[in-house]
Amino acid sequence: MELLYYPGCTLKTSAVNLEESAFAVAEALGHSMIEMEEWNCCGVSASLTEDDLMHHLAPLRNLVHAEDQGMDRIVTLCDMCSNTLKQTDYRVREREDDLKTLNDFMDQENDYRMTVSVQHFLEFLRDDVGWKTLKKKVVNPLKGVRIMPYYGCMLLRPREVAIDDAEEPRIMADLIKALGAEVVDNPYKIECCGSYKTIEEKEMTSRRAKTISTYAVERDADLIMLSCPLCKYNIDQRGKEAELLFDGYSQIPVMYYTQLLAIALGLEGDWGFGAHAVDPTPLLEEKGVLPISEGST
Amino acid sequence: MATETEGGCQDSADKHIVVSGKLIDELEGLCEEDVFGCYQCGTCAAGCPFMDEMDLTVDEVLRYVILDKKEVLESKTIWLCASCFACAERCPRDINITKIMEALRQIVLRQNIDETDLECLTDEEKRSIPQMAFVSLFRKNIG
Repeated sequence: MELLYYPGCTLKTSAVNLEESAFAVAEALGHSMIEMEEWNCCGVSASLTEDDLMHHLAPLRNLVHAEDQGMDRIVTLCDMCSNTLKQTDYRVREREDDLKTLNDFMDQENDYRMTVSVQHFLEFLRDDVGWKTLKKKVVNPLKGVRIMPYYGCMLLRPREVAIDDAEEPRIMADLIKALGAEVVDNPYKIECCGSYKTIEEKEMTSRRAKTISTYAVERDADLIMLSCPLCKYNIDQRGKEAELLFDGYSQIPVMYYTQLLAIALGLEGDWGFGAHAVDPTPLLEEKGVLPISEGST
Repeated sequence: MATETEGGCQDSADKHIVVSGKLIDELEGLCEEDVFGCYQCGTCAAGCPFMDEMDLTVDEVLRYVILDKKEVLESKTIWLCASCFACAERCPRDINITKIMEALRQIVLRQNIDETDLECLTDEEKRSIPQMAFVSLFRKNIG
C-alpha cells in the first residue's frame, strides 16, 4: 500500500533516525511511505482560543494538499504534527462556519472537502497491519529486553484526537509484546515530558526525565520506548544532563519504537544511535539482539 | 522595570498588564468554558506534572478568575502550563482548563507583552534543541 507521508520540520532535522527507521519498517511490511509533494509546518501547537482561526490555516493547507494528491489519508510520525493536524480536522468538521471562513481565506488553495483522515504510524501498525501479522514478521525477537512504553501527551489528549485510552493506553504495550520483549508498566507513561519548556526550563525538564526514568529503572526496565521526537530529546538529552544535577543518577537509553521494530524485523542499518545522548547499542548487544560490533569490549 | 542583559536580551519582570473590565469578560470570546462550574476539587492540580514548580495551583487559577483577581495574569503558572491536557481530561466538571490557561496567556500576549524574548535564545540552543520545540514556544509565548 502507498501511504501519503507528512514529515514536519523535526523529522527532516533532529529526528532523521525516526524517519529512516519508519521508512525501512514500512517497506519490510510491504508498504511504501510517499512524502507529500507539498507540505508546510503544521504549527506544532494547535490553536486553542475560540476566535483564533489563523493558526488553523497551516494544518488545513496540509489537509488540502493531501486532497489535491487524491489521497484520503495522511500518515504522520511526529506526535505533535499528528495531534495538530487532527485537531484542525476535528474543528472544521464540528464547525461548518469555521471551515467556510478558512476556505474563503485561502484564495490560492482548493477548498477543504473533509475527505482526509490523519493517522499516526502507530495507528497504522495496529489498525492496518495488526499485531498478529507484525509478530509473524519478527525474525529477531527482543527476548529478555524489558521496555517501558512512554506515550506522553499528544497521542492521548485531547480526547477528540486520541489514538488510545487517555488513562490506560495499550497500543505501545501491545507492540512491545509483538516484538517479543517484556513490558514494564509505569504510571508516568502518560505524563508530559516538559514539551517546549525544554528551552527555557532546562532543569525542570531534567527533573521530569529523572522522575519518569527512575520509576522505570526501579522496575528493572532496560530502556524507554517512545514515538515523539520532543519527548525523545527531553528524556534522552535532558535526562543525560540530570546526571550532573543528581548524584548517582544514570539515564537509561531511550529509543523510538521504529528503531526497535527495525531491529526485531532483522533489517540492516545503524538506525542513527549516534544521535542519542545515551547510546542504546551496548545494552542491545548485551541482550543479544544486536550483534557485538567490532571494537566493543 | 525591564532589565537588559548581554546581546539585547530583555528580562521583562514588570509587565504592566491592564485589564479595565472584569477578567471573566475578557475570557469570553477567547474560550467558552464554564469557569464558574469549578467546585475546587483540586483534581487538576493533583494531576498537573508541573505543580511543584508553580506559584498558583491550577485550581487557584480558576478561583482567581472567579474572584476577578487580575494578578493571576502575572503568575508563573499560566506560562508553565505546557498544554498537556491532563487537567482537561480529568476534570469531573468537564471544564477544559487547558483552554482557560491558553486564554489567560492570550490576554497578556494580545497586549503586545511577550513572555519570551527571542534575543535571549543562544546559538547552542538553536542548534541542538528540536525545531518543534521552538515553533511551539513561539506560538505559546509570543503574541
